Amino acid sequence: MSGILKIALKLLVNDKSKFTALLVGITFAVFLMTMMTSMFAGILNRSAAPVLNIGAKIWVMDPAVNNATSSIPMPDYILSTARSINGVKYAVPVYFGNALVKLKSGTYQAANVVGLDDATLYGRPEMLEGKIEDIYAENAFIVSKDAEFKKLENPKVGTEFEINDHRGQVVGLAKVASSGLFGIPTLYTTLNRAITYIPSTRFTTSFILLEPKSEADIPFIQQQIHKLGYQALTENQFVKKITDFYTYQTGVGMNVLMMTAISFIVGLSISGQTFYTFILENLERFGALKAIGAKGSELISMILFQASFTSILGYGLGVGMASTFMILARLRLPDYAAQVTFNNLILAFVMVLIIAGFSSYIGVRKVLQIQPFDIFRG
Amino acid sequence: MGNVAIEAKGLVKWFGEGEAKTTAVKNASFEANFGELLYIVGPSGSGKTTLLSMISGILKPNDGGVIVEGKNLWDMSSDAIADLRLNKIGFVFQDYHLFPRLTTVENVAIPLILKKMEWNEAINVALEYLEIVGLKNRAQLQPVKLSGGEQQRVAIARAIAGHPDILIFDEPTASLDGDTGRKIVEFIKTKILNEQRCVIIVTHDSRIYEYADTIMKMEDGKIIGFERNGALKGVVA
Repeated sequence: MSGILKIALKLLVNDKSKFTALLVGITFAVFLMTMMTSMFAGILNRSAAPVLNIGAKIWVMDPAVNNATSSIPMPDYILSTARSINGVKYAVPVYFGNALVKLKSGTYQAANVVGLDDATLYGRPEMLEGKIEDIYAENAFIVSKDAEFKKLENPKVGTEFEINDHRGQVVGLAKVASSGLFGIPTLYTTLNRAITYIPSTRFTTSFILLEPKSEADIPFIQQQIHKLGYQALTENQFVKKITDFYTYQTGVGMNVLMMTAISFIVGLSISGQTFYTFILENLERFGALKAIGAKGSELISMILFQASFTSILGYGLGVGMASTFMILARLRLPDYAAQVTFNNLILAFVMVLIIAGFSSYIGVRKVLQIQPFDIFRG
Repeated sequence: MGNVAIEAKGLVKWFGEGEAKTTAVKNASFEANFGELLYIVGPSGSGKTTLLSMISGILKPNDGGVIVEGKNLWDMSSDAIADLRLNKIGFVFQDYHLFPRLTTVENVAIPLILKKMEWNEAINVALEYLEIVGLKNRAQLQPVKLSGGEQQRVAIARAIAGHPDILIFDEPTASLDGDTGRKIVEFIKTKILNEQRCVIIVTHDSRIYEYADTIMKMEDGKIIGFERNGALKGVVA
């Protein structure tokens, strides 16, 4: 580190009260921004969990469907037609529904039920215990061992329960990529059993899962499904549709955006004002440095270094605090949804750079205005 | 290098425009020589500080020039003037302007660091200068823990650390008691001033006039005369 920057660092950190105030302001702002955006990322990730857990390449649905948990059942001919489209390797139905599970303790617990195509079991989860073929056994269900698992009183293979007044039995435990958004456990069974156990409308196909012969066939398949009045989306498109729905149509996105903006403004105000006061208090010294022979560029580098150092340190502390908070929260709440993503970190970093830039700008402006002559005049 | 350290030629400085225009320095010309202790004296508002600022390259005159090493300082670029201040001119400000968050030795090392000297080397050299002003044992203290006289000596150590040819003091005794003030000026005269250095002091303090080689008197923006070794040598109209 050059000597002039070392002076800048000492001037900054030796002014403990100002330095602490600056650091607290930026850390707090980064903490809030990271928490807000991480919670939002977690919510979005959870909202798309059913799609990610099934893992199909193309999903066919009613165009009015906004997310996987509120499907609109489709007539059976759509499945037949989809199978006949050139470029479709295979097409299978999948059922998503909700049921009420009565546990051994006598309490009731709502559960998502995924009905897999009886013939292919396409979209099956990865098994942790038991065999997937056991899903064909009488009253068989596979329980997803996710964050909501314990709400079913930690069932084991062989555990019996009641589901919508039918007998159910756990035949396996499965691992899924992501837990759901609404905090309820997920059960897998066959599609036929699902529609037998759960009261359904006339049509029972929630989605059709398609496997194209090649990536190049996807646009044609989408076009043909569109002609039927339905929509075929790739996994990524469906995830985007779901996240867009939660971002723009539920108020969640706007609230998170507002909280993030408020955190940014709070951070900007605290650090901007504190840094400005710090510069004002040291203005005469900067003037003295100018009189001694420091060039404008050296003074600018000192201020930029001070602002950057504080901002990057505050950024690290803020992200660290947010991560620690999330880890601690997850110890108490296994289904706590917050998730730090690369994009969140970039966003918070950009915000911090803006805070550093703003603080530096007001400092540099003031320091460049001071004339050494003012120091002589006292 | 001749005997003249710095020469002011017809310096004029005014502030404001129109009716608010005030001329602070009117056609000031003088020379300061190596080995000379020159005082600029005069009542408040006589233009001493403005003149000092112009000759030290921190306030541009409206007219006239300042010759250092045969060149007009005010024909140079701002970076060249900053370099000249760093390498040729040392300042001791009236309020010292020491950095309260740095230690005494770090304060003294500032001009050396601005000259791109490596940090540890600058600190070692600064310690030598603190020894010259008798404050080596205070090196690690912050300036606020020093007395006024000690702070003044730290400011002197900082000013001389960069080996300047010209040392400029603005009211060095203004905040010191009479004894300390005299000791400081005596120190400047005996330890700081030498044949390769010129010292210019702006002061009101008549108690220290006895140490001056030359006293330049100012009044109402004009240089009204010079006294050398107690005798009035010339009057400028």
